[in-house]
Amino acid sequence: MDIVKAARDEKHISGHEIRQRLFPDFFELHGDRLSGDDPAIVSGLATFHGQTVTVITTSRGHSLNERIQKHFGQPEPTGYRKACRLVKNAAKFHRPVILFVDTAGAYPGKSAEENGQGQAIAQNLLQIGQAKTPIITIMYGEGGSGGALALACGDEVWMMKNSIYSVLSPEGFASILWKDAKKAVQAADVMKLTPQDLLKFKVIEGIIDEPEDHQQVCDEIDDVLQKELKKLQSLSDTELLARRYERYRKF
Amino acid sequence: MVKLFQHKNTLTEKHVKANKSADDRVPDGLIKKCPKCGHEIFANQLDQYATCPECDYGFRISAKKRSKWLLDDFEEWDSEISPSDPLHFPNYDQKIAKAKKASGLNEAVMTGLATIQGQQFALGIMDPTFIMGSLGQMTGEKLSRLFEKATEKKLPVVLFTASGGARMQEGILSLMQMAKVTNAVAKHSQAGLLYIVVLTDPTTGGVTASFANEGDIILAEPHAMVGFAGRRVIEQTIHEKLAADMQDAENVLKHGFIDHIVKRQDEKKTLAWLLQFGGENND
Repeated sequence: MDIVKAARDEKHISGHEIRQRLFPDFFELHGDRLSGDDPAIVSGLATFHGQTVTVITTSRGHSLNERIQKHFGQPEPTGYRKACRLVKNAAKFHRPVILFVDTAGAYPGKSAEENGQGQAIAQNLLQIGQAKTPIITIMYGEGGSGGALALACGDEVWMMKNSIYSVLSPEGFASILWKDAKKAVQAADVMKLTPQDLLKFKVIEGIIDEPEDHQQVCDEIDDVLQKELKKLQSLSDTELLARRYERYRKF
Repeated sequence: MVKLFQHKNTLTEKHVKANKSADDRVPDGLIKKCPKCGHEIFANQLDQYATCPECDYGFRISAKKRSKWLLDDFEEWDSEISPSDPLHFPNYDQKIAKAKKASGLNEAVMTGLATIQGQQFALGIMDPTFIMGSLGQMTGEKLSRLFEKATEKKLPVVLFTASGGARMQEGILSLMQMAKVTNAVAKHSQAGLLYIVVLTDPTTGGVTASFANEGDIILAEPHAMVGFAGRRVIEQTIHEKLAADMQDAENVLKHGFIDHIVKRQDEKKTLAWLLQFGGENND
């Protein structure tokens, strides 16, 4: 459960900070061009070591008001559709996509449900999964369920040392299996949601160290991104998609 | 406006005292109550389709039972594939044994080569009697193979979904099946082949958020529960009670996510008609 606490710790780096430190010229692009602009996803264009990249981050917000608007970082269908639109546009220009994910999951609200939360996630898996451009996801807190997978279905997924990625939150898991959300500690133990477990299952490519200083954290991320992008950008579209197919087919 | 009508009805079920001794006089399983409209039916009056005569709701039935009235011919694929236990999850093996006995299957989906009125297609039927049709690693494996084989043989795919979502006992590897099957669906689609989904009760969670929502045509059975998040979770999140039919297929259709609601009795002829329009074999 320690790792769960660490992943949810307020002190860990935020999406806002990652954007500021790693992508100082970040230019936000709003909206899904269908029905709205979900503030739980902040996305746009930026320069990364001389090349343009598309950056998509989940966002929990700071003030209480912001947090309520962003549903504490849980995207609505329009958020997933915004991400999908941006990835497809990035593919048009063969521009790499970097996603930063920290979400308990997709927002379980009535309007989210009626506006097709399931359909939005499904279409992300389908369309991001086929986008012909390198796509890397970095989990930097909680990676909860299909709502996280919808932003982590590209070529590589990396996790920060203090993060988790699981089929459901430990609370939800305990409540489904044992009808008792209070058994979350027990759930976290059997769920195998630590970066080390996930590396063993090959669900992720690697773990990024997380020193206390946030600039150092960003330097670590920067190193990984540079190295991995170079590798992925040397592949042809056909090779990239074949590699991606195999990445998920093995599970 | 008369205020009287704005009051909540005070005569709730809670206030009606159940007559337990009356219940005792009726043998178990003699009467089935429709979970949607409450209509009571003598169990022995349910025909092979197992639908409610009042509202057409289709009761949850096993894949094998469904295949009996749906198909003219069927050759099963990968029937030997059985759940893995990647997390060595406590008591999971007992649950699997029980599910196998209940469904007559080794996994939560039955797949194979099917024929309806002379038309061949690749078919998957998820089984709600097998751990509520949950999506495990090997469920995903059978589904991926279904789409891969259909792509290779240039066949359309029909998939009946029924699922409580990801299979918790298999953790993150269960989640990965959503992406794995989706990629196989994409290949099938890129080959120009037709994929028809039939949503049955219940289709929820990770299945709703992946291959159930990736069909060219998406049909649903009357009043089938179709949703992503669980009703209880939504109610706790928004602190509001949801309408009983919020996740009924009819409401999902109204919001634009389902093509057509089809009664079980009409499924065979509807599929036969739709299958004419997909797959090279059917050109």
